Amino acid sequence: MERRHLPLRRFPVALLALAAVPVAVLAVFFVLPVVGMVGRGFRPEGHWDLGGVLDVLARPRVHRVLWFTVWSSTVATAATLLLGLPAAYVLHRLDLPLRRVVRAALLVPFVLPTVVVGVAFRQLLTGPLSWLPIDGTPIAIIAGLVFFNVAVVIRAVGAAWESLDARPAEAAAALGAGPWTVFRTVTLPALRPAIVGAASVVFLFCATSFGVVLTLGGLRYASVETEIYLLTTDLLDLQGAAALSLLQLGVVVVLLFIGARLRPIRTSTSRQPPRPRRPRPADAPQLIVTALLLAFVAAPLAALLVGSLRVASGGGDRWSLANYRALTSTGSHQALLEPATTALDLSLRIAVDATLLALVLGLLVALSVTRRTHSRAERRVRGLLDAFFMLPLGVSAVTLGFGFLITLDRPPVDLRDSPWLVPIAQALVALPLVVRTLVPALGGIDDRQRQAAASLGAGPLRRTLVVDVPVLWRPLLASAGFAFAVSVGEFGATSFLARDENATLPVVIFRLIGHPGPMNYGMALAASCVLAATTAVVMLVVERLRVPSLGVL
Amino acid sequence: MTLSLRDVSVSYDGAAAISQVDLDLPDGQVLAVLGPSGSGKSTLLRAIAGLEPIAGSIAWDGTDLAGVPTHKRGFALMFQDGQLFGHLTVAANVAYPLRLRRVARAERRRRVEELLALVGLEGYGRRLPLTLSGGERQRVALARALAVEPKLLLLDEPLSALDAGLRERLASDLRRILTEAGTTALLVTHDQEEAFAVADRLAVVRAGRLVQEGPVGEVWRAPADPETALFLGYARVLTGEAAATVCAAAGVRTGGPVALAVRRSALVLAEDGPLSGVVVSARATPDQVRLVVDVHGVGQIDAVASSGVHPGPGERVRLRAEQTRLSVVP
Repeated sequence: MERRHLPLRRFPVALLALAAVPVAVLAVFFVLPVVGMVGRGFRPEGHWDLGGVLDVLARPRVHRVLWFTVWSSTVATAATLLLGLPAAYVLHRLDLPLRRVVRAALLVPFVLPTVVVGVAFRQLLTGPLSWLPIDGTPIAIIAGLVFFNVAVVIRAVGAAWESLDARPAEAAAALGAGPWTVFRTVTLPALRPAIVGAASVVFLFCATSFGVVLTLGGLRYASVETEIYLLTTDLLDLQGAAALSLLQLGVVVVLLFIGARLRPIRTSTSRQPPRPRRPRPADAPQLIVTALLLAFVAAPLAALLVGSLRVASGGGDRWSLANYRALTSTGSHQALLEPATTALDLSLRIAVDATLLALVLGLLVALSVTRRTHSRAERRVRGLLDAFFMLPLGVSAVTLGFGFLITLDRPPVDLRDSPWLVPIAQALVALPLVVRTLVPALGGIDDRQRQAAASLGAGPLRRTLVVDVPVLWRPLLASAGFAFAVSVGEFGATSFLARDENATLPVVIFRLIGHPGPMNYGMALAASCVLAATTAVVMLVVERLRVPSLGVL
Repeated sequence: MTLSLRDVSVSYDGAAAISQVDLDLPDGQVLAVLGPSGSGKSTLLRAIAGLEPIAGSIAWDGTDLAGVPTHKRGFALMFQDGQLFGHLTVAANVAYPLRLRRVARAERRRRVEELLALVGLEGYGRRLPLTLSGGERQRVALARALAVEPKLLLLDEPLSALDAGLRERLASDLRRILTEAGTTALLVTHDQEEAFAVADRLAVVRAGRLVQEGPVGEVWRAPADPETALFLGYARVLTGEAAATVCAAAGVRTGGPVALAVRRSALVLAEDGPLSGVVVSARATPDQVRLVVDVHGVGQIDAVASSGVHPGPGERVRLRAEQTRLSVVP
């Protein structure tokens, strides 16, 4: 009998070699902790207990939490779109003075640490707007979420709007369509992928928001994410936390999938991007909404800044820098173990480490998922890798942080006292954003350029220098800034991992607002301002680099 | 029912794209605006459509159109690549302007079928633009533009995106459709053959200025200046002694020194021709033999011979000049 030869399939060795390091890192520092955390829930006493998990999902409180998460995220997403779309139009299609400055300013809320957003809104709602009875209500939470996410809509939809070919709209106008009809029948269908994509990302951020809900919702309103935190830290109900984590992971994966399907396909050559035109009287509604949005974004920040510069004296309060000077102390009533300035210093160091880690990993990931594929097996592996590296975006930072705590404390990986624990966690949180910034840039390089360079006699190194580096250095710098801003403000995972004696600034702020005493609160405001200024400056520098796509933005 | 442009200028950031154009287009005529790419001809078209801010005045029937937005002008604009709406079917694309005018459903359907038949695309209604070839897409765009029953149809390089054979066929179709519908049209193109095939009148634009305007035959016979002559397909422009020699050979009387535009086929190999020269090169084409001849008193110049003869380089030949293929340029 003749032996049948199996078709020889080329295994994607090179691709796997390139991806090996990030895969290993993700396996140890992401899959292991998450699996460990979830495992604790499913096997509380060493044997499987699925019934217990299902019981958790039947609890009335869990239903309330789920319902609150869904409706508050839905309302916040709708409000974000309503405010963001007119602003996207105004800032990307109209020729206004200071357009770039306003665009950059509206980007700042997105990179503000969530704790700072919470503190700023509380300061606004208990201070200048205390006559509005919305402090501690869902409205406050939703306002915080909108504030945080509006930049996503402006950036994502604005970029699509800006590069939208003007000619279909002109063709419709020439056929007799008025401005509103043109918008409804031509512009909106063309923008739909960008709008739906932005909306799904915003919903995702709202539904997994931790710092904003925790600082503004207190104990009365909890989302799935804060509930996981509460169950693990205060109630030690790991089973409940694991069940909720799994539920959240499932929903997020579905949302990410939808988002990926709808991600606008960037045609690298928009043949006729329109010139921004001067505003007309008909643009008044959009201009008014944009102005309102600016006021909405500026108000909490202004309240935060003013609050940090006022100290109580006698009956009233006066201007002073005392709150900033107090940052060198440990606060009243022993709120802190180390001065806040030490925390700032530590935050910056950790953020630098985390940024470097995220960059190296992100670059390897981006290179491996944009590699030219030669076979179907290779394409499949590449697709799987791409999805795998996006997972950290979907898993709650709280789950990740807690998983670190319970799995990385014994051999083979014992990092309990390692200074690398927090940077690694933060790098993982920042990784998807870095990858999403680098991949479009790398993917946009026409492979024929490399082939052309090769045919002219350039070796691999020379090809990279000539073709890839000139395209990549801006996105690389931008994603470094982005990763830095995210790390400096990271709260969800860090709140588990940072110890009292080496807390980062966001953790310190949260601790300060939890302790009684006007001095502590003043310190929290001052520290928030410092943190906000740090991330804002980094982001404004990034904005100067004018990278077309920033992470999910 | 006349379009008239008076002293129209368009500038981008201070740089003039169109300067001081005067133009009239009578009812029912097709005018081709011909110019090399970058000459500002598309800008002129967009200005007429109301898509560019202008200085000067554009009027329809004596009424100034300043302040009338694009969608209220009643002109239809057809883009170089059609600009069909990708999310609508062919029928829905053609029906788009009819819906805007609230034409009843039954009437709308009838009109769409009629228009698709006019452009030779019966039964294409349910297809999506993406599934059509380039030529089919342009036909749909034309049907959509005609659905407006426009007072004036503006066509921006309607055939340039197509390959040569299709372009030729569609050009004669376009001519037929426009005359059948009695549409006043303004066509912008860089291709002189397209202009000749479709238009009644010709306006030549160069560097933002209107150089010459008139009936197609007239412009073609008498180009206003040497550059226009070259752009209209004349092979060379002769001056001085060379021009005088060829003029004398063709029997053209001139009052003094002139420039003479000659087409490639102006000089023809003839036993008893008045000119003599030495063949520099010869290249056979299916219809004729194309020569370059060094003619005494003229220099190197193109000539043709019927495909029967094939003179080789270095051979002495005699040539005559065809009066209809020459043009004296002022």
